[in-house]
Amino acid sequence: MRAGRVVAHKRWGPVARMVGRRLVAAVPILAAVTFGVFAVAAASPFDPVQQYAGTAGLHASQETLDQLRANLNVDGPFPQRWWHWVTSALAGDLGDSTSLRQPVSQVIGERLGWSVLLCAVGFTFAVLAGTALGVAAARCRGGVLDRTVTSLAYTLEAAPPFWIGLLGIWLFAVQFDLLPAGGLTDSGSDLVTAGALLRHLALPALVLGVSQLPWFVLYVRQGVGDALEEDAVRGARARGLAERTVLLRHALRSGLLPLLTLVGSRIPELITGALLVETVFSWPGIASATVKAATATDFPLLAALTALATVAVLAGNLLSDLLYGLADPRVALEEM
Amino acid sequence: MSAQLKAGPAVGAGTGRALRVRASAAVVVAVLGAVLLVPLLFPLDEQAVDMANKLQAPSLAHPFGTDDVGRDVLLRCVYGMRVSLLVGVVAALTATVIGTAVGAAAGAAGGRADRMVMRLVDVFSSVPHLLLGIFIVAMFRPGVWPVVASVGLTHWLSTARIVRAEVLSLRSRDFIDAAVSGGASRWRVAVRHLLPGVLPRAGLAAVLMVPHAIWHESALSFLGLGLPTHRASLGNMIQSARGTLLAGDWWPTLFPGLFLIVPTLAIASLAGVWRERINPRRRSELML
Repeated sequence: MRAGRVVAHKRWGPVARMVGRRLVAAVPILAAVTFGVFAVAAASPFDPVQQYAGTAGLHASQETLDQLRANLNVDGPFPQRWWHWVTSALAGDLGDSTSLRQPVSQVIGERLGWSVLLCAVGFTFAVLAGTALGVAAARCRGGVLDRTVTSLAYTLEAAPPFWIGLLGIWLFAVQFDLLPAGGLTDSGSDLVTAGALLRHLALPALVLGVSQLPWFVLYVRQGVGDALEEDAVRGARARGLAERTVLLRHALRSGLLPLLTLVGSRIPELITGALLVETVFSWPGIASATVKAATATDFPLLAALTALATVAVLAGNLLSDLLYGLADPRVALEEM
Repeated sequence: MSAQLKAGPAVGAGTGRALRVRASAAVVVAVLGAVLLVPLLFPLDEQAVDMANKLQAPSLAHPFGTDDVGRDVLLRCVYGMRVSLLVGVVAALTATVIGTAVGAAAGAAGGRADRMVMRLVDVFSSVPHLLLGIFIVAMFRPGVWPVVASVGLTHWLSTARIVRAEVLSLRSRDFIDAAVSGGASRWRVAVRHLLPGVLPRAGLAAVLMVPHAIWHESALSFLGLGLPTHRASLGNMIQSARGTLLAGDWWPTLFPGLFLIVPTLAIASLAGVWRERINPRRRSELML
């Protein structure tokens, strides 16, 4: 234990250097992603001026339209527009959402918290339930429980989350009237109370968790199952240790370590799940705003949210690499 | 692999496996047969409305029930599967061609070009696929081609990685050295020696990508960003069934979803067998 603490202590320098290196590496990636986003928009037939002007654009003079084009920062070649966007974004101005008619930064500020709450609860459920089911399956590999859990995991992995969400609404909201079918507050009320929030959160979080569950189940089953075959476990069994001790002290230690360090790399799947689940349940988060922005071709909001998702993915990758390096002393952070 | 042998009676496991493979093959054949033959045998107008028979629960006359305007859900599922499968196959082929070309070029070129291409793959991997797909569709919709493009353009990354790794491992083999020292041109080496070695892997990736592409198409359609509603895919069907679901009628929602899941599992199971043929050391697993 003491040796471990010393090692951890010695590693703060490399950790800081690694975070710094990743921050530097994130700059070109973010630049490339946003540049690509602007390039796709430039290639598309969509015209933001026509969208902004609406039917009035049909009668407006060319002069007015050109003025509007300049005001909206959609004149000039797209690399120039991209650069303008980057420099304003660095100054804190992400532009205005055309569909929600408010600043993009305000949209993000109002909605990000709800998405983080939903994702955190759903993800925690997936990790806990996935670990429990995976360990149970690994302990009797090839048995009835293992085969049931594994087939269920494969089936859930193939099932679209929005479909699971709709069936959940049918079961819990329509058939048994236990939970609300969507939204954040009870109908006729705008006030978010703790009780109402819990009831409205339960079903979307459960569905998001279930959509993330299969990966954890299969991963834990594989990891713990392999660990149960290791020499250390066989040795512990040969020494006559209780099955409980063998499992908790030996198999889970080496089998679950990779899982805990890899959770950060699941951010893309979590975002994908949130996009669908938030839309099904009308959850007022950032992911449902993305879908609304896409339906309304709201480019400023879409560009900012794509960049935000990229930041989240990169941060998740960094977190998982850091945890992996810290948990396993054989890994040199300098090389990652 | 050893765990499987130790854990259960090998004979029982073997027949169970054979049964599963046969069932999967039967499902794939049935789905392909249905989407090809049913429109020929039952050339019904998919848009036809029959309000007298609306929202009937599953029965012998309508095994999957009828939807809110009286259309047979089973027949609509088959037509929807036809649309989804077509979009999925074209998108998966697009992604595989892009991925194979990029991966093979990077692996064969090596050096700086390889590093540049792989950095580009890293950049693409940093954006969640569905989000990138949503963005592409939002900018070019509506229509079928934006959906195909959005799924195809976001799914070539894994194929590119697999093909590149395969090319890199092939490059160090003796028969490539022999071909090069025999005076074969770069192009000839790539087409005659590298490509045949890479194709089984790329083919496997393509087959596994079809369910994934269908999944993405249905997600986009469900979000209202995918196929136009007059070309109802399974995702469109689930989307349009939302209203009836809230009224308690579950069948127009349940069955299109099952039509997505069952063929996906069957294809994954068959692809697992194929994967073991190519590389017997690795255990089969579902890749989604």
